[in-house]
Amino acid sequence: MNFVNQLLQGVLLGGFYALLACGLSFLFGVMRIINLAHGSLAVLAAFLLMEFCNDTNFSPFGGLLLVLPVMALVGWVLQFAVLDRSLKAGPLIPILSTFGVAIILDNSMFEHYGANSQSLGPFIGDLAYGSWNLTSSLYIGQLDALIFATAVVVLGALQFTLARTPLGRTIRATADDPSVVDLIGVNSRMVYAAVAAIAIMLTGLAGAFLGMRASFDPYAGGPMLIFAFETVVIGGLGSLWGTLLGGIVLGVSQNIGAAISPHGFLIAGHVVFLAVLIARTFSHRLTWRPRFSRKVATA
Amino acid sequence: MSILEIENLECRHGLLIAVRGIGFTVNEGEILALVGANGAGKTTLMRTIAGAHRPAAGRISFDGKDVTALKAHKRVGLGIALVPEGRRLFTGMTVEENLKVAGAHGRKGDWTLDKVLEAFPQLKPKLKARAGDLSGGQQQATAIGRALMTNPRLLLLDEVSLGLSPLAVDQVYNSLSGLMRGGTTIIIVEQDLSRALAVSTRIICMLEGGIALEGPAAALDREQITAAYFGLNRGQKELA
Repeated sequence: MNFVNQLLQGVLLGGFYALLACGLSFLFGVMRIINLAHGSLAVLAAFLLMEFCNDTNFSPFGGLLLVLPVMALVGWVLQFAVLDRSLKAGPLIPILSTFGVAIILDNSMFEHYGANSQSLGPFIGDLAYGSWNLTSSLYIGQLDALIFATAVVVLGALQFTLARTPLGRTIRATADDPSVVDLIGVNSRMVYAAVAAIAIMLTGLAGAFLGMRASFDPYAGGPMLIFAFETVVIGGLGSLWGTLLGGIVLGVSQNIGAAISPHGFLIAGHVVFLAVLIARTFSHRLTWRPRFSRKVATA
Repeated sequence: MSILEIENLECRHGLLIAVRGIGFTVNEGEILALVGANGAGKTTLMRTIAGAHRPAAGRISFDGKDVTALKAHKRVGLGIALVPEGRRLFTGMTVEENLKVAGAHGRKGDWTLDKVLEAFPQLKPKLKARAGDLSGGQQQATAIGRALMTNPRLLLLDEVSLGLSPLAVDQVYNSLSGLMRGGTTIIIVEQDLSRALAVSTRIICMLEGGIALEGPAAALDREQITAAYFGLNRGQKELA
């Protein structure tokens, strides 16, 4: 039964990873940019939320109403100030640019908030540690369940938007061939800005849950980026439901690794990531799917 | 009445001059065929008119308005649509989605999904098929239909017959004939001289970025165009 519980906790942890990775996956799927500032932006949202809660004594969930639009604005500005310019210079420059943004964000947060670890847990009361005990050794954490449900809803909403709405068609057309969409009347720069705003807003949502479920510090963005990146690679680049699957595989791997050895949590996740990476590189059946394919978008 | 005026247009690809200070006008309802050898500057000229390529010098006026500095998506709003060389469909999307996404962002007008399917009946059974899975002829029909969904006043067709079987070319031109009779202003780049002479009202033959020959299609014969095509009649520029 203990093993089943490890699996269950792994699946729930996968929900958090999927939520953390969906902004990264969405941005890559449309713009082909690997945003190395992704983890730092998640941590920034957590700090903004903490500041809001400290100042107002409001719940972090109420604070999301303010922080998420702010993060969307950050994404919009990031697109026009950094990504739009760097995209014109080839595929490597956006990676370097976002790496630079990550360094600036990390050190600015360190300067402003200090090195102490913070948590939003105290602001959400019982939800931080409450659980439903299914049996004596099988339980579901309430916050973990909420995060998993949020991940499913967010991915489902993104999927629906892409598959069924005019905005989604426009985004997919832009992802398919950005140089042609302008010829049918689409302002591709505005589509990119909208995508960046949505992606960074989702990253902010993941950052909020990061702050609620664990502690964070100004340099927590690096590990978060690695987990998000591993999730996206395991799930298939740019694939939304693949992101959920990738998160679950990573979470389950880490939990099984932790059950085997106290040091196995991170190692198991990295080993599975490398195995999938090698398999995708050398296997024809697991080929890379770097954009929103029709199968993904209309499923 | 002229709908498009090009004045002293020069276009470059880096240091290479692709279009050398050319000028011409296109009247409303006219079908202008651009012919010329590979590298003559036809595609660059079409892309520049559509706003996909920034000119180095010169002026482009559409319907009396200077559009030289206007972005491509804004030119679509004015009524300029380009069917690019190589079709360039959104291959991961269905035919219906390709058409609808263009319809959502173009001008409002008579061209709707139903009307496009009427003009290109071969697309009807393929509406839910992925554009990347279509035959060359069906892809070209989709590309033209996609441009029509923006309700253009000036339709730019770049190499519509390129890479298609003769049967598929006939099918595409049969579908286009109604459009051509309907009074839509069209600039068409065509390598097949016989086809260009048959469908157009006026012909411009380009050579090394300039205009080598220009005149009404009815006044030109194949030999004159061939001579201009290969630069054998330098000096004899305009017949009409």
